[in-house]
This record gives sequence, structure tokens and C-alpha cells, in this order.
Amino acid sequence: MFEYEKNSLTEEIENLVKHYGSDRPALLQILQAVQRKHKYISDFAQQEIARLLNIHPVEVYSIISFYSFLCSEPKGRNIVRLCRTISCDMAGKDKVESAVKRELGITFGETTNDGRITLEFTNCLGMCDQGPAMLVNDKVYTHLNPETAVNILNEVK
Amino acid sequence: MKSNVETKKRSGPVVFSEYQRSEGIKKALQLGRENILFELKISGLKGRGGAGFPTATKWMLTAAANANKKFIVCNADEGEPGTFKDRVLLLEYPELVFDGIVIAGFTIGAASGIIYLRGEYEYMLQPLEDYLAEMRKDNLLGKNILGKENFNFDISIRLGSGAYVCGEETALIESLEGFRGEPRNRPPYPVDTGYLGYPTVVNNVETLASVSHIVLKGGEWFKKHGTSKSTGSKLFSVSGDCEKPGVYELPWGIKIKELLEIVEAKNTKAVQVGGASGTCIAKSQFDRILGYEDAATGGSIIIFNENRDMLKVLKNFMEFFIEESCGQCTPCRIGNIKLMEGIIKIENGDFTFSYINNLKELGKTMQVASKCGLGQSSPNSFISILENFSEEILHTNGKGKENVKA
Amino acid sequence: MSKRENIRIPVSQQPFTVIQPEDTTTIGGTVSVQINEKKISVPLGMTILEACRQNQIHIPTLCHHPDLCIAGVCRICVVDVEGMRTLQTACSFPITTPIKIHTSTPMVRKARRHIIDLLLSEHYGECYSCFRNGNCELQSLAKEYGVDGYTFGHIDKPRYKVDHSSAAVVRDMSKCILCKRCVRTCIDLQEVGVLEAINRGHDTHIGTFLDKPLADVICINCGQCINRCPTAALRANDPSDEIWEAIDNPKKHVIIQTAPSPRAAIGEEFGIEAGHSFTGELNTALRRIGFDKVFDTNFTADLTIMEEGTELLNRLRKVIIDNDSSVKLPQFTSCSPGWIKFIEHFYPEYLDYLSTAKSPQQMFGALMKTFYAKQAGIDPADIVTVALMPCSAKKFECNRPEMKASGFKDIDYGLTTREMAKMIREAGIYLPEMPKSNFDEPFGDASGAGLIFGATGGVMEAALRTVYEIVTGREVPFKNLAIEPCRGFAGVKQASVKLDGCVEQYNFLEGVELKFVVAHGTANAKKVMEMLRKGELSDVHFVEIMACPGGCLGGGGQPIPTNAEIRRKRAQAIYAEDESLPVRKSHENPHIKYIYENFLTEGPCGKLSHKLLHTHYTKRGKFIS
Repeated sequence: MFEYEKNSLTEEIENLVKHYGSDRPALLQILQAVQRKHKYISDFAQQEIARLLNIHPVEVYSIISFYSFLCSEPKGRNIVRLCRTISCDMAGKDKVESAVKRELGITFGETTNDGRITLEFTNCLGMCDQGPAMLVNDKVYTHLNPETAVNILNEVK
Repeated sequence: MKSNVETKKRSGPVVFSEYQRSEGIKKALQLGRENILFELKISGLKGRGGAGFPTATKWMLTAAANANKKFIVCNADEGEPGTFKDRVLLLEYPELVFDGIVIAGFTIGAASGIIYLRGEYEYMLQPLEDYLAEMRKDNLLGKNILGKENFNFDISIRLGSGAYVCGEETALIESLEGFRGEPRNRPPYPVDTGYLGYPTVVNNVETLASVSHIVLKGGEWFKKHGTSKSTGSKLFSVSGDCEKPGVYELPWGIKIKELLEIVEAKNTKAVQVGGASGTCIAKSQFDRILGYEDAATGGSIIIFNENRDMLKVLKNFMEFFIEESCGQCTPCRIGNIKLMEGIIKIENGDFTFSYINNLKELGKTMQVASKCGLGQSSPNSFISILENFSEEILHTNGKGKENVKA
Repeated sequence: MSKRENIRIPVSQQPFTVIQPEDTTTIGGTVSVQINEKKISVPLGMTILEACRQNQIHIPTLCHHPDLCIAGVCRICVVDVEGMRTLQTACSFPITTPIKIHTSTPMVRKARRHIIDLLLSEHYGECYSCFRNGNCELQSLAKEYGVDGYTFGHIDKPRYKVDHSSAAVVRDMSKCILCKRCVRTCIDLQEVGVLEAINRGHDTHIGTFLDKPLADVICINCGQCINRCPTAALRANDPSDEIWEAIDNPKKHVIIQTAPSPRAAIGEEFGIEAGHSFTGELNTALRRIGFDKVFDTNFTADLTIMEEGTELLNRLRKVIIDNDSSVKLPQFTSCSPGWIKFIEHFYPEYLDYLSTAKSPQQMFGALMKTFYAKQAGIDPADIVTVALMPCSAKKFECNRPEMKASGFKDIDYGLTTREMAKMIREAGIYLPEMPKSNFDEPFGDASGAGLIFGATGGVMEAALRTVYEIVTGREVPFKNLAIEPCRGFAGVKQASVKLDGCVEQYNFLEGVELKFVVAHGTANAKKVMEMLRKGELSDVHFVEIMACPGGCLGGGGQPIPTNAEIRRKRAQAIYAEDESLPVRKSHENPHIKYIYENFLTEGPCGKLSHKLLHTHYTKRGKFIS
């Protein structure tokens, strides 16, 4: 990471701390904001957050590793989460899964070479009546079939 | 391409009955705290998240607590597989939920309410924020709400980040405080020592929605629905093998087979009541009723028809728990893995009955010795599916349902 | 109710502090409970575990530790509370209503057995090939509950790689049972913050920032986590094989120095109750093992007092007479290597406040490979110096690159009390039965002042005994030389002595109130450093800090288990030995006088002293790259 990138990240985190406060309850919100923008929380960002909140860096890392929507390693620009819980599974998740894998040439847990998409599984999205369902970043898509799923992913930039 | 979450016009006896925004709040301010608690007590409302703790008791304990700050937290971390009623309430009936939170705040003497919205529902964040802004504009939130002197109250929304266990109320509080979502030791309970150490009520979305109706229409009115032990009605999230999946408002006490008819389920073999942490009910027991006295549920109903492989279903559930356990206590962290090892052995036809019995006994230990509801309920499906479908699963050496038919 | 800010421990997991009413007969002061048919009365809010223990009812525990806040995660202490749907953990359940408790129902016994079975199924390795064999809490529970097989299988491959990166602490997470005692030790007790639970569910493990090797994070090597680990997941880096090799090599001249705290605690490794010193027995045992010379670290503790005390007086002179603003006060002690690494990481901007004197261990090594080598006519290259220490951080300290004053490593190996006991057992010796013998000359005579270095406040007390006398020409005005304000286990102690009737050389100190602060445990060190940062220590002259709770006697290399009672008894043993010694002031140690007359002829803080006995520090900072 270049020095100027570090500086801008520090400034960004300082602003988040100004907005959410420097008490412990702000931690998750700050992490979510960094995650939303950068798609991951770098080790530098983690230590800056720890410094400004006066907690230990390992605590920040611990929290990130606990919550499945936070991560400390870079991911694709878009994170696609396909629901694998029972109702979506029964509604045809497997077919969607293999179509998406074929189309993108990667398997779940991986990121496309161009960094466009990371594929992940997720647990129940609360769309059991409209499954199979998936999240693309924070948007939810339902009633998927192999074709619509692939079309949605092809539109993602 | 845009998100495509379906919404529709609904009707029902209680929750989906007529209600205009702010009616409940206005009525609550007229009634006063004592009367609200009285109506709530009469209504017999129990927590709709699944545990079924009497709402009036929870509120009374918090209202009586001596503290300079109190909190009302709305648990919108709906994560139980097969549950999506809170999604419908928040998207289509936010007035019920938010009015309920304001009423709770007024009753227990809290100045702030927090909605813990699961990360998966982030797409609702903006509409809900907009809704809150409207409420502030109309003085349904803010200072001296609707002219009531010294009733200052506001609501903030906090997002989760993908952890099912945060639906457990103390884990939710930990998460709000910026920690890992690891459930706390109880006692002390949140009504005494909750968010930031202050007395806190944590209520399910549906509970708060029901409160708005109860305050407006009275506890007696509410009690007319349902059974004596399970008053009112319930939102059921129905999914799986049926023609009409979706959210249904039905009175408590309805038989499982009646529900199956309503949602047009055919050739049903089993119904999972209460989601992955609930119990699996076989065809022979479809006369059982849904209610706290018999088959209790937070609302999740998953239907399996004749063609489903119940071992596969069970495996899906266990995978869920292994991943979603917070990992702090021994029975849940390791117990679920052991149950999964059992499932794999069954799949491979490589098990002994004494080993399976050991695992069932282990399941019973998990039910009583785990730290929170997640670990206490995760063996439910293991025990109930193996018991109800031993012929299909165990007698075929794990070869599943194909062999049963033959 | 107070607002909680940045407090890591969730409220429910904080130790339940019960304010006891002055008159326990008042209503609400006590609660009557029934435990297994026995009716008893307990103070309101006492936990079930405490109530049971007070009444001789045994409840097994694993994640519970008396030094730490309550976790309630292992679930082994579950009991049946009548009227509750599930079993409750005795360690976390405060008694506030008249409840009925059953501690040994079939359900309770089965649950405990299941929990042990589950832990064993994931606990890699076999007991007979484990260094904690015989002192493992999981093993003793398995025995207690009659485990005679693996009901739910047994892991046959390690899940995690052993982390050998650190000079001091070895982490083998395949043996971890996730009781989180180390986490609570590292974050809550010591406030160092290196270890925390990572991931969730079955993937949960105890890890460091980004799961880096321990050597790459800000671990201070205090080893307190080792002392509280119930299994063999954490251990010190054991050099005993290399030491055996040196002993067996006839060309090598192997010298061991023993610190006071191991001597006051090593008996515990042989089943003797805490609080008995085995100094004389240990000397004999060490000779029988084959060490060529057995010396007393207290000798260089006396030397440390001379150097550090002189440095303090020099600083005072420069500040008071010369108005030299570059000289920092208060002066902080530098004998605790855990503390040194702590300040290097957390307060690097304050390194100038540290005394430059090396720790007694390192001074010893430097003298061995120079003065002693010359006197004895041995090539320093053939000298192997071993230090028996209560400490895991000493292992890191002796490997610091700057610790090579003689051109050789000052100290070759730091050995903990536990490792020493192991070597003694290996040699077929039962320590308590050994005849007593003295240390070897000339580094065997030490004063009681050097001895009390082992307890928190000891360095301060020793320094005061000397500094006061040098400055005023009189003994410190405390009965029997026991400077009480320095003693005891309060986290941060403050006191002062007035200097009057000063000798001519020190008349600039006439009337000065010599103020000092003593702290032990790095959490308390942090408090002191924050006080310094806020300018609240501007009138303080001398600060003693020990990284470990209780000082060296509670060090990370000491016998397991540890708790407040054990630490108190070890302190008693040390203070009793001090009182029994003929010389109790460092400057009166005849060998110290000898060495300043014949070797360090420029006196304390002279040129040669600076070369051999003083060191410098590294600004490490907190950033982990």
C-alpha cells in the first residue's frame, strides 16, 4: 500500500469515527462502512480502527472473522451470495449453482480473474417463498433459474 | 436489473387487520403506562420469535427497573431457515412495527429504540430510514411526541453482518455493543442488564407489530383469537413443497393438516415446524396443532413431499448449525460436528445403532447444556428426523428413500 | 449504573462483585438455598460455584480461573437448578433467590461426561507423549469421570500447525479446548491484546492479529497465558535438551544462576505446598545434575541496585543541580523483560525514562564471560551460561542482539522453573530430599535485598535500603528494614520517604520527599504510563514495574497452577528468607564491594559498567506490518 493510500484511508476512518463515535458500539458500523466501500478491510485499516477506538487490533480482526459479511482479504468488486438453505435448495439451487459456476469459470469461494465477481454461499436470505434466491452486493434476486441468474451476473459491472 | 422481491395486499384476523399509522401511539398516550401493561397482560401475548416469553412480563420487569437509561431493541435479525415474516412486516407494514417500538419505549421509559436489521436485509435500510424520517416530520418520533410532555424517543437502525446467532437476544446485544455475537451468561437477563448494561427489552418484529394492534383494539379483542394458551394469531412463513408458499396469518391452534390444505400442499411426507431449530413432524402427526402448547414455532413451516430425501434435509440443517454456531461453548461447537459425522456415517451405510443412540443422547445433552437457544435447539432436527424416518434412513443402511419404496 | 465505554468484558461476564451489607442479618443480605438436600445461607449474589466450594461440594471447572472474569463457555460445571428448563453453569449463576440446586443428577453427570468426550474427541495427541502429563486439567477431568475410551472418536491429525516462532511461547492450537483463559489473560488481565478468538463455529480458534506467528505480533512474552492454560496448548520454549548437551560436553563449563522466585516455588512441582523455599536443596540438585558452578542471581540483583541506584542519584543530580531538561524522571526499573517489551511496543516515546541498567540475569552473564572467565582462566567461548528464571520473557531477553557485551551471548539459555523441575526429575532426583548446600563462590553471597526482587515492590524496597543509606548515612527508618509501603499486592502502590540529614555529597537532596510508585502486571503498568502521559508523575522519582501479576514470583515460567493465594504464599517464603539472611542491603554485600574495587574500578555507572552492565532499547511501536 502506498503512503498516500494509507493517508486517505486514515482520513476516511477518522471521518467514520467522527460520525459513529469512538465507543466500542461504533466498531461494527465502522467496519461495515469500510467493507461497503472497499469490499474488504485491510490490515492497515484494521489497525487504524483499533488505534482510533483504543482497542487491540486482534479484537478487530476477531470481529471481522466472526461475521460472514466482513472480510480481511480483498474480494471481487461484486459479491454474489447464493442461498443454500433448505427451501432454496429444494427450489433448484443446485442447477443455478452449476450454471453460474460454468458461466464464470470459477467455483464458490473464488473470485473471477478480472476481479469482477466473488461467488459465495450464504445461509437463509429470508426469501424461502421465492427461491432460489441470491444477493448481489445488497440487492436480492428471487425466483432464479439458471438462465436468469446468469443474465443478472452478466449485467454486473 | 432490479431486485424483485414480491409484495402484495394481505388481510388477516389480527396482524394484517386494519390499522392506520400512529393510531396505536395515540391510543397508548391516552391509556398511560399502567393501562398498556394491563392490556398486554390480558392479551396473553407471548414472544413471536419462538421462545414464547410473555411480553407483558418482560415489559413490566424493565418498566420497574431503576435505571437512568433503558432501551427497546427490535430484533429484526430474522435468520431461521424458512422464516421471512419479518421481511413482509418491515417492507409492507412498517407502521405496525415502528408504532410498536414507540409504544414500548413509552411504556418502559426508554428514550431510544434500536432496530437490529440483519445484514441480508440491507436493501430495506433506505426505505426504513425514509419511513423514520417521515415519522420524525410528523412528531411520531422526537421531542414531546404528539404533544406528550417529556416523552422523547427516537429509533435508529443498526445492521447485522451475517451471523444467525445474533438473533439470540444477548448475542444481539453483544453485537450492538461491537463485540462478537456470542451469547451471554444468564442471569442477569437483558431486562436487568442489557445494552450497555442498561435494562433492555428485546422484542421480535412480529411481537411489536402485535402490540400496536393490542393497544389500539384491546387485550380482550386479541385474546378472542387463538387458544387459551396461545392467544392471538401467528404469521406463518410457509415454504417448500406447496403450491402457494408465502406468509399467512392464521390463528394459533390450527392443525398442521389444515394449514397444508390452505397452502395447497400435496403428497406431503413431513413438515418442519420452527425451521432448522424446530422439529420435523411426520404425516401420522399432522393432527397436531400449532401453538405454544403443542408444536411451537417462530413461524417457519417447511413442507416436504414424498420425493424428498430426509437425510439430505437433515444434512442441510446440520451444515447450517455448524457454520452458524458462535463456537464459544463446547456442546454446540463440537456437538454439531459429531452429529454431522453421524449423518455422514449413515450416508455411507457405515454406522451401528448403538453409535446412533449415543449421538441421540449427545443431542439431549446439547439441548440442556448448551449456552444459548442455538445449541439447545440444533439437535432437534437430528433427533426428530431420525426418530420419525428411521425406516427411510436407518433401516436402508443410509441408501435413502429409493430403497424404502422398493 | 455507570456508562461503559470501551470495556471489553461484556457486563454479564464481568466478575460478579457483590456489595456485602455490613450487617448480614438485614433482609436481603443473605439467601437461603438448598444444595443437594443441604440447606445453607449464602450472601446475595454469590455464584453457585462459590457456594458449593464453601460447603465442600465439588464442582468441576475448566474455563473458570480465579484470576479471570467469568466465561461460562466450557459448560463442565453445569448443575440442575429446580424449575429451570436447562442446566445452569455454576460458575456464572448468581444466587439471588432461594433456589434448589442439584449437583449430581443423572442428567448432570451425563452432560459432564459428554462434554469431556467432546473435548477429548478434538484434543489432538496422547497423554503419555504430552509434557503436561500429570498436570493437565482435561486429563484429570477424564480421570474423574472415568473416561475409558473415545465415545465420539478421536482426531488423528493436528488441525493447526504448532507456532514455534516466538523465543518464549510455543502455541499448539491442536491441543486447545477453547476455554479462552489465555484470551482473558492477554486482553483483560495483562491488557496486551495479542490473543483473541478467531472465526466462529467449529472453525473457532485462538489466534493473533491476521493469524500471524507470535513472533510477528506485539506479544511481550510474559507467559501469563501459559500459567493459565489448562492443557498443553501453550508452553514455554524449552531449551533443556541443549542444556543437557552442554552439561554432557566435557569441554563446556556450564554455569547456572538461580533467581529467587523459582527457589520459592519449585517445591510445588514436587508436590510440596506453596510457600517453601528450596534454595539449599536446589544447589545440591544442580551440582548432581552436572552444572559446573551454581551461582546466585541475587548477587547481580545487588549489582543492579548499585547501578540503578547510582543512575537514579545521577539523574536527580542532573535535574536538581544542572537543570538538565534532557534527563527524565521518574526513572523506571528495567529488570522485567516483559515490561521492557511492553514499553517498547506500547510507549516507545518514553524509553528515555527507563533505567539503562540490564536486568540481573544479563548482568550476570556479562560478568561470567568477562571477569569470571579471566579469574578462572576459562575461554569465554567455552562457558555456557544458564539462568533459572520464573519467566518466559527471559528467553527472549537473552536472545536480544544487543545482549552480547563480552562478544558472546551474555546468557545462553533462560530456563523456567517448570523446565528446571523437569530436568531434576529426569536426573532421578527428588528435590525435597536433597541435603542443603551453599552457592559457589564468589557469586554466591547475596543480600536479602537481592532476594526480594522476586516479589512486586522488591526492587523498590532494595533500592530504597541502599539509596537512603548512601544519601543520609543512616538505615531506612522502617522496622526490621521491612519497607511496608512497597509490599503487598495492590495493583499500583505509591509512597514516599523524606530525605533529611543528607551527607555532604548529597546535600542537594536535603529535604526532598523521595516519591516512588510500584506496579505489577502490565494492565497496571498501562495505568502508570497513562498517569505519566498526563503529567501526574511529575513529582515522582522512581517507578518499579513488573510485567507479571505479583512480580517475578507470579512469572510466566512458574509452576502451574497460579492464583492469588499461591502468589501470596510464595511472597511469604521470599520475605521470610530475606529476614533470615545476615546481609540485607546490596551495598553491604562484601563481594559487591570486591567487584567494584577489583574489576569495575570506576564504580557504579562507570565506563566499564556502561559497556557490560547497561543496555539500550528499541522503539518497536504497535504497528504490525
